[in-house]
Amino acid sequence: MAALLEIRNLRKSFGGVAATDDVNLEVAMGEIHAIIGPNGAGKTTLISQLSGGQKPDRGSIRFRGANITRRPAYTRARLGIARSFQITSLVMDMSVLDNVALAVQASDGHSFRFLKPARSITHLRDAARDMLLQVGLGDRADQPTAALSHGEHRLMEIAIALATGAELLLLDEPMAGLGPEESTQMVAFLKLLRGKKTILLIEHDMDAVFALADRISVLVYGKIIATGTPDEIRGNVEVRHAYLGEE
Amino acid sequence: MSMTKRSIWPTLGFLLLLLVVPLGFYFYDNAFYLDLATRLVILGIAATSLNLVLGYGGLISFGHAAYIGIGAYAVGIPVYHEFYGGFDSIASTNGLFQIAIAVGIATLFALITGAISLRTKGVYFIMITMAFAQMAYYFFLSLDEYGGDDGLVIEVRSEMPFMDMDSPVQLFLLCWMSLVVAMLIVRTIVHSRFGMVLQGAKGNNERMVTLGYNTYVYRLTAYVISGAMCGYAGALMGNFSSFISPAMMEWGRSGELMFMVILGGAATTLGPVLGSAAFILLEEIFSSVTIYWHLPFGLLLIGVVLFARGGLTGMFRGRGN
Ligand SMILES: Nc1ncnc2c1ncn2[C@@H]1O[C@H](COP(=O)(O)OP(=O)(O)OP(=O)(O)O)[C@@H](O)[C@H]1O
Ligand SMILES: [Mg+2]
Repeated sequence: MAALLEIRNLRKSFGGVAATDDVNLEVAMGEIHAIIGPNGAGKTTLISQLSGGQKPDRGSIRFRGANITRRPAYTRARLGIARSFQITSLVMDMSVLDNVALAVQASDGHSFRFLKPARSITHLRDAARDMLLQVGLGDRADQPTAALSHGEHRLMEIAIALATGAELLLLDEPMAGLGPEESTQMVAFLKLLRGKKTILLIEHDMDAVFALADRISVLVYGKIIATGTPDEIRGNVEVRHAYLGEE
Repeated sequence: MSMTKRSIWPTLGFLLLLLVVPLGFYFYDNAFYLDLATRLVILGIAATSLNLVLGYGGLISFGHAAYIGIGAYAVGIPVYHEFYGGFDSIASTNGLFQIAIAVGIATLFALITGAISLRTKGVYFIMITMAFAQMAYYFFLSLDEYGGDDGLVIEVRSEMPFMDMDSPVQLFLLCWMSLVVAMLIVRTIVHSRFGMVLQGAKGNNERMVTLGYNTYVYRLTAYVISGAMCGYAGALMGNFSSFISPAMMEWGRSGELMFMVILGGAATTLGPVLGSAAFILLEEIFSSVTIYWHLPFGLLLIGVVLFARGGLTGMFRGRGN
């Protein structure tokens, strides 16, 4: 498998804290690659550098072979990288459908179009509605986003990432704050994406991670201390000590 | 905000009233209300243009009076040279030429100041737009040839094809039609794909950038369109008052435009016009009650800007934004 995403010697520190400490990572086309690690390990910081929200101090990021380390965030989205946020990030005063339609619109050529009402452009609306149906929010499409529950917002995050049509999804704790039932639903949905999308998945929920991931990397204090299949990670002594520690 | 389809009838009704009532008074020999209405409508255009960036873009521009000034000087300066010589290349009483200058310079000013201002956020954006407007203010203040502080009487109104700007009725009709067109332009823009991006960036800029939108460029475009429209309003204002002075672009004037948008209802089509109407009305009332009206009036404006949620349009719909 060719690497879709290649991270080399990536570093980022905040003051004295190295949030990303010489990270090397490859994500293969089509795989679900999970990143686990304790709170404050630098998982979100890593994702932000991939999506362009934060600039690395050093190192390089290659996507489809092209160096994107210094590319602004909006160009990365166009290249095919989408992100969901650990802390829900939606346009709260627009409808659910508007939020998703904006994601569809983003990959539908430029938006310097001033005349036609966006809400009457059927291919944008239909694609957005379809996306909402897929994540189970079909009946919520016309609600104001602010009126939805936390669990529904988490689903919207996924729908939006998918609606951009991106190949690589960076999902930052999609299960954060979900109840057991909602989590099960989310895992089931993410399973459906296996083989269709490449996913870099950050998750604290170990059951979810072991159920979904093709490979897992363990991040501790900004360093990747192990990468392997779920079985390899389960058996890794160092990982147990550093993170899974319970046994 | 954008979920429910709002009825268009209140807007049409209000615009119709705005057309019929002042003309009615005028034909019953009361010219005062037509004068008031003309000013209202011109301010309505300016407020509508501000609403594009303030209401729909969430960009608190505190410098829009500069565009009114620029537009008005674009009428006054060519007329001045037509009468008193010098600067032959711009000496003109041709209205279309003057409007082209007004819109052109307003566009350029918006492009340059917007490109810089939009690099900042929040309170810095407010401050820097205000600073640029004050720069324009001091620039015109320093032009002694055009009266400096005292301003300049515009000797003749713009010469326009098919109409006579000296006729109060025709001038009013032009302004009223311009307002309708301005409202239509803004309404069309905000509902377009461009407008969705602009509004999305107001609600959550980081999300929009992550989706792939270079929101800076979208905002700058909106800012330039807004500045150009406001410059046009300035050209009308010059014709209406036949007088220009730097005072037209003082920061207080910019604050009044913000007041109109916010009081009337930001991010609505009719809001800025309702706000202009309320402004004109309040100004009349306050100034007739006391000559010390500026202070209480100013306090009222600040109160509204701070506390009005949804403005008048929101109130009529029985909800706060
Ligand atoms: N903007 C910032 N400024 C300063 N320090 C930061 C900033 N963002 C993150 N950090 C620090 O960097 C480290 C990594 O933070 P990060 O949010 O990436 O961790 P995380 O693995 O996502 O944690 P969690 O599991 O809690 O989401 C932490 O020590 C955090 O305090
Ligand atoms: Mg995190």
